[in-house]
Amino acid sequence: MSTPVSVRLRVNGVEHELQVEPRLLLVHALRDRLGLTGTHVGCDTSNCGACTIHLDGKPVKSCTVLAVQADGAEITTIEGMASDGELHPLQEAFWNDHALQCGYCTPGMIMAAAGLLAENPNPTEAEVRHALEGNLCRCTGYHNIVKAVLDAARSKSGAIASQSEVAA
Amino acid sequence: MSEIPGGVAGEVTEIASAVADQRQAPAPSRHVGQALRRKEDPRLITGRGRYVDDITLPGVLHVAFVRSPEAHARIVSIDSSAARQRPGIHAVFTGEDMADLTGPLPLAWVPPGVNVNNPEHWPLARGAVKHVGDPVAAVIGTDRYAVVDAAEDVVVEYEPLPVVTDPEKALEGAPYVHEQFGTNETHRWSLGGGDLEAGFAEADVVVERRVVNHRTAGAPIEPRGVLADYRAGSLTVWSATQVPHFLRLFLAILLGMSEERVRVIAPEVGGGFGSKLQVYGEEVFVAWASRRLQMPVKWIETRSENMQAAHQGRDQIAYTRMGLKRDGRITAFHVKIIADFGAYNMLLTPAIPELGAFVMSGVYRMPALQTDIIGVFTNKCPTDAIRGAGRPEATHMIEVTLDQAAAELGLDPLEIRRRNFIPKEEFPAELPIGVVYDSGDYEKALDKLLQHLDLDAFRREQEELRAKGIYRGIGFSTYTEICGLAPTRVVGPEGFGNQAGFWESAMVRVHNTGAVTAYTGTSPHGQGHETAFAQIVADRLGVDPAVVEIIHGDTGTGPEGRNTYGSRSLAVGGEALARCANKIAEKAKAIVAHNMEAAPEDIELRDGRFSVRGSPDKGMTLAEVAGAAYLNQVPAGMEPGLEETTFWEPENFVFPFGAHACVVDVDPETGKVRVVRYVAVDDCGNPINPLLIDGQVHGGIVHAIGQALYERVHYDAEGQLITGTFVDYALPTAAELPSFETDRTVTPSPVNSMGVKGVGEAGTIAASPAVTNAVIDALRPLGVTYINMPLTPMRVWEAIQQAKGGVTA
Repeated sequence: MSTPVSVRLRVNGVEHELQVEPRLLLVHALRDRLGLTGTHVGCDTSNCGACTIHLDGKPVKSCTVLAVQADGAEITTIEGMASDGELHPLQEAFWNDHALQCGYCTPGMIMAAAGLLAENPNPTEAEVRHALEGNLCRCTGYHNIVKAVLDAARSKSGAIASQSEVAA
Repeated sequence: MSEIPGGVAGEVTEIASAVADQRQAPAPSRHVGQALRRKEDPRLITGRGRYVDDITLPGVLHVAFVRSPEAHARIVSIDSSAARQRPGIHAVFTGEDMADLTGPLPLAWVPPGVNVNNPEHWPLARGAVKHVGDPVAAVIGTDRYAVVDAAEDVVVEYEPLPVVTDPEKALEGAPYVHEQFGTNETHRWSLGGGDLEAGFAEADVVVERRVVNHRTAGAPIEPRGVLADYRAGSLTVWSATQVPHFLRLFLAILLGMSEERVRVIAPEVGGGFGSKLQVYGEEVFVAWASRRLQMPVKWIETRSENMQAAHQGRDQIAYTRMGLKRDGRITAFHVKIIADFGAYNMLLTPAIPELGAFVMSGVYRMPALQTDIIGVFTNKCPTDAIRGAGRPEATHMIEVTLDQAAAELGLDPLEIRRRNFIPKEEFPAELPIGVVYDSGDYEKALDKLLQHLDLDAFRREQEELRAKGIYRGIGFSTYTEICGLAPTRVVGPEGFGNQAGFWESAMVRVHNTGAVTAYTGTSPHGQGHETAFAQIVADRLGVDPAVVEIIHGDTGTGPEGRNTYGSRSLAVGGEALARCANKIAEKAKAIVAHNMEAAPEDIELRDGRFSVRGSPDKGMTLAEVAGAAYLNQVPAGMEPGLEETTFWEPENFVFPFGAHACVVDVDPETGKVRVVRYVAVDDCGNPINPLLIDGQVHGGIVHAIGQALYERVHYDAEGQLITGTFVDYALPTAAELPSFETDRTVTPSPVNSMGVKGVGEAGTIAASPAVTNAVIDALRPLGVTYINMPLTPMRVWEAIQQAKGGVTA
């Protein structure tokens, strides 16, 4: 075990300073040190995507990032997606469309999908499927996940469109 | 925002109240059949679920297992001295330390009159290892990372022994996986009916196939995990299991504890697919270690451990032989199955191919039918139930053999199916093998499927595409399956030989306010019981499903249960709950009658109230009934309170069925297969929640597409696992798949009052032959008549080259 080092993380808007082993994975820092157990671990080769979070706005697999690499970063986890009691449109769509069964892949799936919608607010089905290639689900066959992401995109862009109408 | 680190509490409260708001919405009078969104989901979509790894206890110690890198070896020595000296390491245990176990891990299938060779199988190996991943030692310490480091320091000296991995070679003689038996054969078992010899003599053609159904992994995204806390003579175990009730029983037996002192909780479980239908050595070890160390102990499996040591599925080689008349009618079907059990019998291993034998007639009239099964040990991870468990294999054997028969007889693949369908007038249909299909209307399902397809247009398009070098094919699968694992008479000790009864339990407790807590002995791991079962109870008690909480997966709360597998939860457990709720409703009616001075038979449940027939204003809500029940305002002689328990067992299994079609494009240059379209018509009886049914079907289909095209657990000849991670074991991703078209027919089961059947495995049972038949349909013009799964580009390309007369490696 090597000497612990200090890491500053801003997670879901809250500042944390942690003393960590340099080899501590970010996912374990989030889960075991900060108690944010919504982020899951499903493999040890970065294939399953259950651990996907946002690091400075980009979706990353937190099992493949050391906590020390995230020093100073802004992190969002699944626990930070709903705000002021409102579910994120993706959470709402996953619920409406039965896009989850056991729920284990769901947080990572939602974070990966949020990453897609941030870059491409109106994706095609093929684009959604391509974007979720790094996230495995064994329960749903992806059908309802893809549907939920498309529905969330529609509701989001609908909301933006109606807001801009009001502004105009 | 909240002040809690991570910033979640505020939102959760708000979301909870948003969920509560839903409760205020006017409820439909009937909830069964509605596509209600799930009660489980608010916690799961916000990251507030609690899986085993999310639970911890003060002072918890972590486990890392030392696993065998050898497929077969004698353990010469284990030196753990360096590991023990590392900081934070509390103990290193080996098999010898566990001498106080009362016995080895259980095999719960002991068929009457059949001897199954059954080697002792221990949580930690004793003297020898039999497959890569066999646990040899366990390191326990204070830190997750430190125990993995220390496990690296455990030095195990192995003397390698000869290895066998091919089940057909294993049957030829030495080397033996378990020397003491002098054979690798575990047992033989046959199920037949009708005159096979006469059937084949009568046949105009006999079609033969060697159907390899390769080994696959369950691969739930949550690996296994166990947390055990032995404290003051009582043991509490949280495990990612499908079978907490079985696990409690066997933990009590193996640890020599009185059963009431053991509580097993299956918290949120991240998928199972059969792979968590087990009593695993790791579960027993962690519980044992907690008692030994008097500390809470936790083990969370890594994916690479899961690929080596969680039981796997399929791995059957079948020789099928089908006799038919020239008009396509089947006269006889014989199947010989060589079933690779891997290194040990697990809880139900020998029963898996047998389950397939129960449905080897498929949806067809087969006057003579026989399935002969030979179980075989090899130096590979053991096999046991994986989604479908024997029935996908059987369906594949039937459906690919029948397609070849159609081709040889010059018949349309759908026509040959129709000519052999058991007609709907014959249900309940008793087959020559003694199985009674409860219900079926196979023509109706196939007709419905064809409403989604324009086959004439498809065939035209197929030809046009072929001219452009694109080989498109369509494949069909018409199937039935046996599920709702129940009648003890058939499945239990006196019948098929499982050492258990297969009833299910339910308990319904109405609280003072009319809110309801209902307990089920089933144990879901993603299926949505909390929603579907709440719908069932709500209808019977006149309340909203939002105020019905379903409790499951905890041996310390509800009655004894029989868990979840074999698509049994709804047909057995749901029915038990319905009957239990009916008991409450009957008591409620008696209480209302007493308080309204009416006769109980004049009380009806209408619009959420138990009211006097004809006088709807004279009545009581469930809350009012509960108030009366707890104030003892009940008829003379009636017990106060409003709580009932039911144990229920059906008279028969249920037999869902359906018709599936798959369209694929095959690139003949590369051999790559792409699923273009998939249409599924399934009949699972009366729907409880259509959302959940479609979800089960989607997932089931992809499980089978995965096997048909991508997934394979591959061992080399030395027994080394080649597919040890998700890098090498190719689970399907969203990118390879289309969206699916699903539809239903409804043929209620007569076996239970709700007319329901299971649907958790249907997609997996139906889909692999549909995909395979589609690929063969695409390639028949090139002379390809069959390819064994997985239909990888290499295999497909090789088959094309062979058909062309070329030479391949």
